[in-house]
Amino acid sequence: MNEMKTYKLYVGGAFVRSESGRVTSVTSVTSDDGEVLARVATASRKDLRDAVVAARGAQPAWASATPYLRGQILYRVAEMLDGRRTSAADELVRSGWSKADAAVEVDAAIDTWVWWAGWADKLTQVLGSVNPVAGPFLNVSTPEPVGVVGVVAADRPLADLAGVLAPVLCGGNTAVVLASAAHPLAALSFAEVLATSDVPGGVANVLWGDVGELAPWLADHADVDAIDVSGAPDGLRCDLVERSAGNLKRCAATSGLRRPQTAGEFLDLKTVWHPARV
Amino acid sequence: MTIDAPAWRDLPRRPVDAVALEARAKELATRSIKAASQAAAHELTIRCMDLTTLEGSDTAGRVRGLCTRARLPDPEDPECPPVAAVCVYPSLVSTAVEALAGSTVKVASVAGAFPSGQSSLELRLGDIRAAVADGADEIDIVMNRGAFLAGDTDTVVAEIAAAKAACGAAHLKTILEVGELGSYEAIRWASMLAMAAGSDVIKTSTGKIGAAATPPIALCMAEAIREYGDLTGASIGLKLAGGIRTAKQASHYLVIVNETLGTSWLHPDRFRFGASGLLNDVIAQRRFRATGRYTRFSDLPVD
Repeated sequence: MNEMKTYKLYVGGAFVRSESGRVTSVTSVTSDDGEVLARVATASRKDLRDAVVAARGAQPAWASATPYLRGQILYRVAEMLDGRRTSAADELVRSGWSKADAAVEVDAAIDTWVWWAGWADKLTQVLGSVNPVAGPFLNVSTPEPVGVVGVVAADRPLADLAGVLAPVLCGGNTAVVLASAAHPLAALSFAEVLATSDVPGGVANVLWGDVGELAPWLADHADVDAIDVSGAPDGLRCDLVERSAGNLKRCAATSGLRRPQTAGEFLDLKTVWHPARV
Repeated sequence: MTIDAPAWRDLPRRPVDAVALEARAKELATRSIKAASQAAAHELTIRCMDLTTLEGSDTAGRVRGLCTRARLPDPEDPECPPVAAVCVYPSLVSTAVEALAGSTVKVASVAGAFPSGQSSLELRLGDIRAAVADGADEIDIVMNRGAFLAGDTDTVVAEIAAAKAACGAAHLKTILEVGELGSYEAIRWASMLAMAAGSDVIKTSTGKIGAAATPPIALCMAEAIREYGDLTGASIGLKLAGGIRTAKQASHYLVIVNETLGTSWLHPDRFRFGASGLLNDVIAQRRFRATGRYTRFSDLPVD
């Protein structure tokens, strides 16, 4: 099929064009004549606002799903991406990646999703605690999702995205992702994986556009509870941290490190005192 | 009971071109509204709002809370105008009257076996009189849909006229419950009857059934009001209720009213939104305009 595809944004479980009507042509980096590979819907601040509304709406149900089920769903994402391994790699090759690099990228992403799928029902044990207190009380701290998390993904469209998105979803948060600025095609194709993996609509929303234009709106948005700025360009990161402070948003730069504390950045430790004998 | 109104039999009963009506309503909803007009529309939406709570679980405390919001819808912005009225069940009218004393906010009460209207006329009129005696400024009754659908137009008109008489000085809003009428033609005809019978305002729905106000229905009723005005010189009000949740929807309804009835209807005396969830969205839009940042909805009151 040679028809040029228009990649769309993924908001609230639906693939939508930008409210602004903006579309960007993505050109091939391998051919000199600037051959257009595809067109990509380019998000505006209003798409971002809509995505936050969708994420907020989906959050209570996602948080109250059992951690076991969330793990199953994250594992399903890995399976679906595995099923699209060839086409995902081809898409990267068409964007100028070497075949070897593309295969490594896809494998790394699948591996990351599987890794976090396993953590979904173990975060509470590792990050929570039973606390010794001087009194006849059972004192328990348990991690709970902060709510809606904004994610600025770094350049590698699949592995970096998995590295920052999976831990957010793993803990029961919903996410608004600003996808890799450099490689929109792979990131938005990945949204098709999310859409077919039993991830409920609105739990993960993927936008693509000018990060410099969109990320400040995300950081300023009072209804976004936390933000991962690790994928933001160096010049922008500081500004995002400052803006987040303006509305008491939790701000993290996890770089997608594979360790439970990465998910912990988006979990609040809630402590209860319970009488020891009743 | 005598009918103190223009003879309804003389009123024109017109067919309604559903396709044209829906196309016109759709066209009006696609108008782009510039920032300055949006600001004015949000302000007007608040000033024309009947802040409503009609639940079996309503308590005096809840109504007092609603009244506090009605006086100052956005506690962070003293410039925010109060809403037009608070709309409650008859048993809570006195609570609302007390809580709103000294403000411009009116007390509206549904009455007359709301929302079905299926009880004897005497009981329904007694309900109205009791609400008025408790201090309600406005009474929302339901039209007798059973009689209307059975073709018993005399009863429909006579009952509304009787309700108007029972209201005394209070304003009468007649709810057509458009979702139960079946067609635009029926909605238009019911509008004409309700106006001829003496209603001060005609209102779309109770909010108690799924189908509620839509842009074509609002347009249909506005056109009926315009025609009735041309025939009699009367200026009947319009109240849209049910399903209006966003500031954007509200702005589109204001466009429809403005384009059909003119700017003189963009006033709380002649136009109302009946809503509960709408206020928060309008406040969120106002705050966005003031701060340039999107608001946290959970910072706003739940009701």
